[in-house]
Amino acid sequence: MNRQVDSATLSGGKLMNRQEEMFTPRLKSRQLRNAIFKWIFFGANVVGLLALVLLLGDVVRDSWGWLDWDFITSFPSRFPEKAGIKAALFGTIWLMVITALVAIPVGVATAVFLEEYARKNRFYAAIQTNISNLAGVPSIVYGILGLTIFVRWMMLGRSILAGGLTMALLILPIIIVAAQESLRSIPNSWRHASLALGATRWQTIRYVVLPASLPGILTGVILALSRAIGETAPLIPVGALTFIMTVPKDFMDPFTVLPIQIYNWTSRPQDEFRCIAAAGIIVLLIVLLSMNATAIFLRNKYQKKVVE
Amino acid sequence: MMAGNSNARSWSERIIEVLLAAAVSVSILTTIGIVVSLVGETTGFFREVSLVEFFTAKEWTPLFTPAHYGIAPLVAGTFLVTVIAIAVAAPLGIASAIYLSEYASVKVRRVIKPILEILVGIPTVVYGYFALTFITPIIRHILPDTDVFNALSAGIVMGIMLIPMISSLSEDAMTAVPRSLREAAYALSATKLEVALKVVIPAAISGIVASFILAFSRAIGETMIVTLAAGGTPNLTINPLESIQTMTAFIVQIILGEAPFGSIEYQSVFAVAFVLFLLTLSLNIIGHWIVRRYREVY
Amino acid sequence: MNNIILSIKNLTVKYGTTVALKNISMEIAQNRITALIGPSGCGKSTLLRSLNRMNDLIEGASVSGQVLYRGEDIYAPSVDPVAVRLQIGMVFQKPNPFPKSIFENVAFGPKINGYRGDLGSLVKQSLQGAGLWEEVKDRLHDNAYALSGGQQQRLCIARALALQPEVLLLDEPCSALDPIATLRIEELIQELKEQLTIVIVTHNMQQASRIADYTAFFLSGELVEYGETEKVFTAPVDKRTEDYITGRFG
Ligand SMILES: Nc1ncnc2c1ncn2[C@@H]1O[C@H](COP(=O)(O)OP(=O)(O)OP(=O)(O)O)[C@@H](O)[C@H]1O
Ligand SMILES: [Mg+2]
Repeated sequence: MNRQVDSATLSGGKLMNRQEEMFTPRLKSRQLRNAIFKWIFFGANVVGLLALVLLLGDVVRDSWGWLDWDFITSFPSRFPEKAGIKAALFGTIWLMVITALVAIPVGVATAVFLEEYARKNRFYAAIQTNISNLAGVPSIVYGILGLTIFVRWMMLGRSILAGGLTMALLILPIIIVAAQESLRSIPNSWRHASLALGATRWQTIRYVVLPASLPGILTGVILALSRAIGETAPLIPVGALTFIMTVPKDFMDPFTVLPIQIYNWTSRPQDEFRCIAAAGIIVLLIVLLSMNATAIFLRNKYQKKVVE
Repeated sequence: MMAGNSNARSWSERIIEVLLAAAVSVSILTTIGIVVSLVGETTGFFREVSLVEFFTAKEWTPLFTPAHYGIAPLVAGTFLVTVIAIAVAAPLGIASAIYLSEYASVKVRRVIKPILEILVGIPTVVYGYFALTFITPIIRHILPDTDVFNALSAGIVMGIMLIPMISSLSEDAMTAVPRSLREAAYALSATKLEVALKVVIPAAISGIVASFILAFSRAIGETMIVTLAAGGTPNLTINPLESIQTMTAFIVQIILGEAPFGSIEYQSVFAVAFVLFLLTLSLNIIGHWIVRRYREVY
Repeated sequence: MNNIILSIKNLTVKYGTTVALKNISMEIAQNRITALIGPSGCGKSTLLRSLNRMNDLIEGASVSGQVLYRGEDIYAPSVDPVAVRLQIGMVFQKPNPFPKSIFENVAFGPKINGYRGDLGSLVKQSLQGAGLWEEVKDRLHDNAYALSGGQQQRLCIARALALQPEVLLLDEPCSALDPIATLRIEELIQELKEQLTIVIVTHNMQQASRIADYTAFFLSGELVEYGETEKVFTAPVDKRTEDYITGRFG
């Protein structure tokens, strides 16, 4: 067992006789094609990055010199150099408070019911389908829902409350799905252990399941709220106004929000208004970016815990 | 011990369960609310305008006299923008997904994925601003006859917005293709490109198609980009350089115009929104159905 | 006296920091069947996969040492792993046909490698070689998933044979199959050794003793014993080999 079969066959591109007669593998050109396509596929990702850079560059350039403290603390004005986003900023904060107060409890409760109480039968499947369909409804249609139900039927008028409720319904599916995923990731053995110690179902959920799934739920909530902060279309039918000279004092007050303000300024033909729109965008993006960073931070911290 | 206590306990357990179930009913009521609010005014609209006119007339001029209520121009405008968006997003989205699922190392993925996530998080009004103030001037520089508001600019930017969506859904479909199939192809002396194009993509094709359908649905319902950049002129055209109006942009226009409650213009908003709702709903149902199907295969 | 087609020299394979194979040196004889045996996790699959550079595809796997194929190191920088796999084919533990027709499965390798002859007759010849032709000749264009497990595994062998490899690596090819299907594949493997060299991983001691000319026994990443099958099974040198084959072990 010692005689070595020889003849170089691999790097020289020469094949064994049998294969040589039958195939023309063209390995060099296939590998070249592979290398070229690898860069093309990579390039597709660069397009996304490039678009992001151009978009941010465009906004920063347009807003240059317009974004200052006065801009944050002034009300809108017919004169762009005097206009600011105070009303919009406060409107956004008020709106988010209502949205969060409604959407978080309802969303988490829905998820808890579906994952911890409901049997996984047809009813469950139907609810699940309904939620995923709701997530796909265009946001302008939610606006029309808000106009009909909240503004007219419930006679809330064009108030923060109507806007907040509309927005809460819009982000409800996002919160439900995120909370469900988080609840599902809790091992069943934890539940059994708690029940075996004599805890009731709700006590098990309250003291074992929910605390453990909290980071995941929180991440989902933040992402949902950051979606809500950036939404414009659903608030147009609900009547978020753009020319508001006061800070809201009450849930029934009229209001405006950052994206609506940006939309309004962008749609005006004068360049100066475009510039303050850009300044408004910067403020909006900073708010969103810090929210997303928080979500990513929470997610990473949470993932590490699971690995440990 | 203490029967009363455990009785109270089971009562509070019941109450909690009922409260949680009530929360579930909110999402059911939302669906009912959407349908009811759309159907109510839509029926009013069709008392004035015949279905035949709505679906066959070629003009949409609710604010002029004589008013015409043919939805075709709005649907055409919507599809024009949407098709441009998909034409941009589909190739780039798939290419990005192939890179992420077949080529990228763990480290590179960790850089690319968050960037794509940032693109997802940018509000649509910002994309609209970008289309109007950045892309449109470039297009008009190259093709000076282009309208200020045009379908092309809105379509391109919407396409950029959809890249991460198609990329991530397609990547999910590709990573669901079992490793053993890739290994089989590599063992038959396939290059990475051949594995991707001849094994992974054919095996993931239904998931990829589903990602297109879901992106398509998303594009149809998108409002702010088209409202800001595509224009407000109902226009039965396939010329992407002209000003058009989409269904969503029409809704915004009439609502901002403060059409009086009960008027036919006001009702036309609901009729258009109803069509929009049905269109996106059916696309979503098809898309999700396909996704579920391919999950069952493996 | 046999010809050596593959010679493994000081091969060490790591996955990240775990060492799966420690300094293995052995030679594989041409036109013979070599069986790799040993308890689960001892590195059999790892060795097999380093013979046609399938380990390149695992992120974090690193290989040191040499694998000489006909005297040439397949890990040399100038060597294209695709060229290696063209000559050293592989069949896996679980049948893994493509979700395509039977014909397309067999034609996959020849098509991408520029087969110059008549594809139909090559497919036929390969299916015959794998003993599957009679069973599928009337439904070549049906989906391969419609075949039974044993048929799928023979299809995978036919698919590998279509490229006319010099060496065929088989990783527990029968573990998912029933006894009759197993017997068919064993017969097939013995016929195939006329044309090519076979390295087979198996958990089944009887199978190794039935079909293999040489047997190598591994234990936690080390080569414990290697020699003619009969010797390894009847008069093992190492105590650990004896324990393993007599079933006093793992
Ligand atoms: N992809 C991988 N990543 C990390 N470790 C791996 C990987 N594949 C195998 N290993 C480790 O390498 C060692 C050898 O694995 P290998 O698959 O070669 O064993 P085996 O002898 O084929 O076992 P079996 O009989 O169960 O198939 C094991 O400890 C295993 O855990
Ligand atoms: Mg193995």
